Amino acid sequence: MSKTILIVGGGLSGTIVANGICRQMGAELRSGALNITMLGTTETHMYQPGLLYIPFGRMREAELFRDQRKVLDKRVNFFVDPAKNIDVEKNQVTTEAGRTFKYDYLVLATGSRIMPQNIPGMTEGGHWFYDLDGARKLRKALNEFQGGKIVVNVNAPHKCPVAPLEVVFMLHDFLKAKGLWDKTELTYTYPIGRLHALEPVAHWAKPEFEKLGIKSETFFNTESVDPEKKTLKSMEGSELPYDLLITIPPHQGSQVIDDSGLGKGGWVPTNTKTLHREGSTNVFVVGDTTNIPISKAGSTAHFEADVTIDNLVSLCQEGTFAREYDGKVFCFVETGLGSGTYVWFNYTTPPNPGPPSQMIHWFKLAYNRLYWLSARGLL
Amino acid sequence: MAERQKIDARGAFCPGPLMELIAALKLASIGDEVDVWSSDKGSAADIPAWCAKVGHGVVETTEHDGYWSVVVRKAK
Repeated sequence: MSKTILIVGGGLSGTIVANGICRQMGAELRSGALNITMLGTTETHMYQPGLLYIPFGRMREAELFRDQRKVLDKRVNFFVDPAKNIDVEKNQVTTEAGRTFKYDYLVLATGSRIMPQNIPGMTEGGHWFYDLDGARKLRKALNEFQGGKIVVNVNAPHKCPVAPLEVVFMLHDFLKAKGLWDKTELTYTYPIGRLHALEPVAHWAKPEFEKLGIKSETFFNTESVDPEKKTLKSMEGSELPYDLLITIPPHQGSQVIDDSGLGKGGWVPTNTKTLHREGSTNVFVVGDTTNIPISKAGSTAHFEADVTIDNLVSLCQEGTFAREYDGKVFCFVETGLGSGTYVWFNYTTPPNPGPPSQMIHWFKLAYNRLYWLSARGLL
Repeated sequence: MAERQKIDARGAFCPGPLMELIAALKLASIGDEVDVWSSDKGSAADIPAWCAKVGHGVVETTEHDGYWSVVVRKAK
């Protein structure tokens, strides 16, 4: 009897899962024993890490996008028809267009989104680079910047956990090259008592900040922004003035997850090793959608997707589970416009960033292109 | 009705127990409790210190076999 794998979400993890299954189950797809359907929200696939380069003029907008149908294996039934309700008891998903899709296995890959509107004044007073519109506005603001106070303001939770540090180091190089660094006071705020959630990264960043004259304020969780006075206040009781506020807004998961009763804030309670939705054996959760307390990053999505491919293929072909996710995360860290480092860690191995080098920066630039091979399941 | 949720952040290298707590409190209602489990001894001190600064209540801190449980009540 034919089996159906339904993937909700067309971002990186959903796309890798879809393409990976197609590569391993060609015979079943040909015979009709398996079909794969994906419900996406847009015709285009965006390389999200590329947004970091847009404000600095280091990537062109067109480089961030591909037609999702060209990224996906042709054997995937792809619909741009967002899920409206996910019913894990009835094994079915209904869409905004009114279609109903039944499934044998469901992959939830609905991702996360920025919520600047959750903090009063942030939308009006802040700039960010976590979506294209924000990155464009920040590019304009940086091109017009003539010196003053910049605040890089990090809020919890957020994805791509090293991007806030990267933007600080890139701002330094960018403004120095324009002769504006001496006229700039840059302050970085972070929600907990150090510069980064990863302790070794925080220890590495501290002397780098001191060397470059970058100020910091820790235990800073933004309560409100006053766009008129150009100040931001923290829940902890401090206030900072700014001329240019670059914020990493708090994130939430997809609304359909909340609306379907699958997880508060759009985060689905997920087994840390099997990636099953808690309470389901035929529902897998990948990427930002999980509530697993690890980084919400593209690499996390990728490694979780790889495990999920093996498990879905094994379940379909051999009737057994294949392997567990070990918590692996790998992040490049741009340490300026010409150098970079990286960290990797898993559930049992702590991160240990190495010395920055030009070579790693070049490798990151290469990965900005190689990403499309990752999404296609080739890398 | 107030709820209590558990966050098992034992062994989490990133984002870490306090970041997970901050994120959870943003979604909680006033009066709800969040029970954070951490294998990092520092959390037993950091979390109450942060709660005192912001004004949330610490219901209890308990040392278990190899981890700490800190129960926080959202107050504002």
